[in-house]
Amino acid sequence: MIQLNANHFIYLLQAAQWTLLLSLIAFVGGSVVGLAVALLRVSRIGVLRVLASGYIQLIQGTPLLIVLFLSYFGLGIMGFKLVPIVAAGLSLTLYAAAFLGEIWRGCIEAVPRTQWEASDCLGLNRFQQYAWVILPQAVKIAIPPTVGFMVQIVKNTSLASVIGFVELARAGQIVNNSTFEPFTIFTIVAAIYFAMCYPLSLAARALERKAHAGR
Amino acid sequence: MSYKFDFAFLAERWPDFVAGAWLTIQLTVVSIALGLAVGTVCALLRVYGNRWVRAPVAFYVELIRNTPLLVQIFIVYFGLSSLGLKLSAEVSAVIALVVNMGAYTTEIMRAGIQSIQRTQLEAADCLGLTRLQTIVHVVLLPAMERVYPALSSQFVLLMLASSITSQISTEELTATANLVQSDTYRSFEVYIIVAVVYLALSVLYRFAFWLIGLVLFARKRKLGTAL
Repeated sequence: MIQLNANHFIYLLQAAQWTLLLSLIAFVGGSVVGLAVALLRVSRIGVLRVLASGYIQLIQGTPLLIVLFLSYFGLGIMGFKLVPIVAAGLSLTLYAAAFLGEIWRGCIEAVPRTQWEASDCLGLNRFQQYAWVILPQAVKIAIPPTVGFMVQIVKNTSLASVIGFVELARAGQIVNNSTFEPFTIFTIVAAIYFAMCYPLSLAARALERKAHAGR
Repeated sequence: MSYKFDFAFLAERWPDFVAGAWLTIQLTVVSIALGLAVGTVCALLRVYGNRWVRAPVAFYVELIRNTPLLVQIFIVYFGLSSLGLKLSAEVSAVIALVVNMGAYTTEIMRAGIQSIQRTQLEAADCLGLTRLQTIVHVVLLPAMERVYPALSSQFVLLMLASSITSQISTEELTATANLVQSDTYRSFEVYIIVAVVYLALSVLYRFAFWLIGLVLFARKRKLGTAL
């Protein structure tokens, strides 16, 4: 048995970088897909709305863990061998897209109707309405809840440990296997997660307060 | 794509899935009930307690909400057992889920409780209600009614999150899936089945919470009107 030492701590911090990278992948991927989902959700074409809401129901109704297993083991057996980071990035993207899509739909719908009518009167087409009138205002509303959701993304990257991706939680397990001091190690791991998530939580709260300052 | 789906193992293994789903239901119902109790008490302390009570509750909420459930489960199961407190996987899972649920419920219930206006409390005083009556009938039930949608979606999220307890060998639905797929090598089929079961469970839970809401908050006014 090896004593817990400073090298272990450095190893955990290095693994935390992978957690951050995976969070970034999930957030960027989730934003791109999520924006599409949100726009489909408020589309004028019924079929597209049904498709988007079906997707959201599907992802929000199944555990992220199962989505991870499906994309790693499932696709692997079908012949698409994904390396852990790709499988994890894909699953977290799908997950984030469903939640961000639903959050952003709310933000788009929160833009007053009169803005649509006014931009109609100005003769803007649908694309111009979105690009110049609706989305810029929706973005303002969307920032606080989006930052809040980033906390969920960071925390959920810990699930990537189950498919063998060495991020913070998995690194904690590895260190624990050689030192066997689970209480200390997982407390340190939790502290590192807290250090990553708490600033985001504080930022979300501050932004929310700022957004509601006028009320 | 030459892959052929083969669900033949179901004929033999379906009782395993049923048992797993049943344990998932048991785990989550217990965790939801206890978590709601913890969260409600903490929310009351958070709003009406003095500074020395509010601070620890706030600390608890922030600590839990900013760390992953997976790590919390590991601390309860592996951490506590290394300190000499040996708990079974199921008990550890319930403890971790309750602690987790409690923190989220505290925040949700706090929002509800804070939306109850002072005048309501004064009116309850004037009517001569006891403290307990005021808390139950004037504060908690109306507060819960206002945040009920948020509460019930949090409950569904907890049910989905209970899949994470498979990592400490709780034999619930996800752990069953892992077991069956390692016996049959039919991982894609197994996880598709389990995904469908979870989907069905979340629909079932939403329906159940809707029914409970109907019974609990006998509607005296139309939904969506000002309270």
